[in-house]
Amino acid sequence: MNKWECIVCGFIYDEAKGLPEEGIAPGTKWEDIPADWVCPDCGVGKEDFEMVKL
Amino acid sequence: MAPLIVVGTGLAGYTFAKEFRKLDAERPLLLLTSDDGRNYSKPMLSTGFGKAKTADELAMNDATAMAAQLKADVRVNVRVEQIDATAKTLTLDNGEVLPYSTLVLAWGAEVFRPPMKGDAQDAVYSVNDLLDYAAFREALEGKKRVAIIGGGLIGCEFANDLSLGGFTPTVIEPMGRALPTLLPEASSAAVQAGLQALGVTFEFGAFASEVNRTDNGVQVVLSDGRRIDADVVLSAVGLRPRIATAKAAGIVVNRGVVTDRYLKTSADDIYAIGDCAEVEGLVLLYVLPLMAEARALAKTLTGQPTQVDYPPMPVAIKTPACPVVVSPPPVGVEGTWTVEGEGASTTALFHDAQGVLRGFALTGEATAQKTALAKRLPSMLG
Repeated sequence: MNKWECIVCGFIYDEAKGLPEEGIAPGTKWEDIPADWVCPDCGVGKEDFEMVKL
Repeated sequence: MAPLIVVGTGLAGYTFAKEFRKLDAERPLLLLTSDDGRNYSKPMLSTGFGKAKTADELAMNDATAMAAQLKADVRVNVRVEQIDATAKTLTLDNGEVLPYSTLVLAWGAEVFRPPMKGDAQDAVYSVNDLLDYAAFREALEGKKRVAIIGGGLIGCEFANDLSLGGFTPTVIEPMGRALPTLLPEASSAAVQAGLQALGVTFEFGAFASEVNRTDNGVQVVLSDGRRIDADVVLSAVGLRPRIATAKAAGIVVNRGVVTDRYLKTSADDIYAIGDCAEVEGLVLLYVLPLMAEARALAKTLTGQPTQVDYPPMPVAIKTPACPVVVSPPPVGVEGTWTVEGEGASTTALFHDAQGVLRGFALTGEATAQKTALAKRLPSMLG
């Protein structure tokens, strides 16, 4: 499981947690999130996210 | 053919150019900026100390790389002095005259600094762009104490971030609490407690009237005589859309450069987006509306006239000591706040006279309700 950070606002998508309130189940891999999904905090698309190294 | 000219290479200018290029790979595009044209994300400027990032590390691409990526010309260190909306030309500060076919104003907002007295004005910094951030970091080298003027969004974010970076901030806020214009009292208290636990000191109820040099730093004098010793002062009172050059050109301005829902100003072929724009009466200095504007305008300028829609757009305030999400009630709407919860986790709901939910403020763990509550709010535009 990885984490992905929005490079514009810092929002973190954690694959393990998902975003249940937006209909994305815990455990959803980054590549399985729809291509038109946008950052819930700032509205940028998936291309503006980077994997966070932990 | 004269190029489409974009004035400004902040998030608004570069995002618009990126969206435009997705739809039109050919039309000549020229971006002008008064700084060095590096691409960076402004929201990251208030989390840079906690992450120990220098200005160079926050910059993602330089102007040359951006020009290549956007298939555009990017001219750095130039300022637009004058717009001639009839001749469709711009005059730069070096006297050069540039013709445009379409003009997009994306030159942002400027820092509002209330007048202060004293002999240490040069120790007062503001952070509104990457170059400001670099200068502020340099000023803090080897220092400890930072007086922050203003306890609003930027002031509180910096207080949190500077604490994480090992500094000791004191926040000066004339109104009696943190984030006074965005939050009801109980929510402010939660944020204050979170920041105080990190080591932030608040000085409420008076404004900074003077800043003077002392033997080992500077001293800020408040309007009621209180004195705060510091090494560096950060002014975070607020931002105002840049309007002067547009106004001088005869373009209608109010708080910002006035546009309709197509982002068009009162002048033909001139559009405005981002922090400088006042769209249907709304001045929203946040990233979410800017992204919606950039996408809508890219469509409009490639042959698909598109009005910008604003869904409910809650704002996340980056105070990790006590996270905040707020969707302020629309200006002029009467109503009442009801607050539940205690300690760090509070849920405040704002209902209008008809009992309709019009805004909310969440702190701590209650921020998890953001999406569910946002769905219950009416759209802001559209």
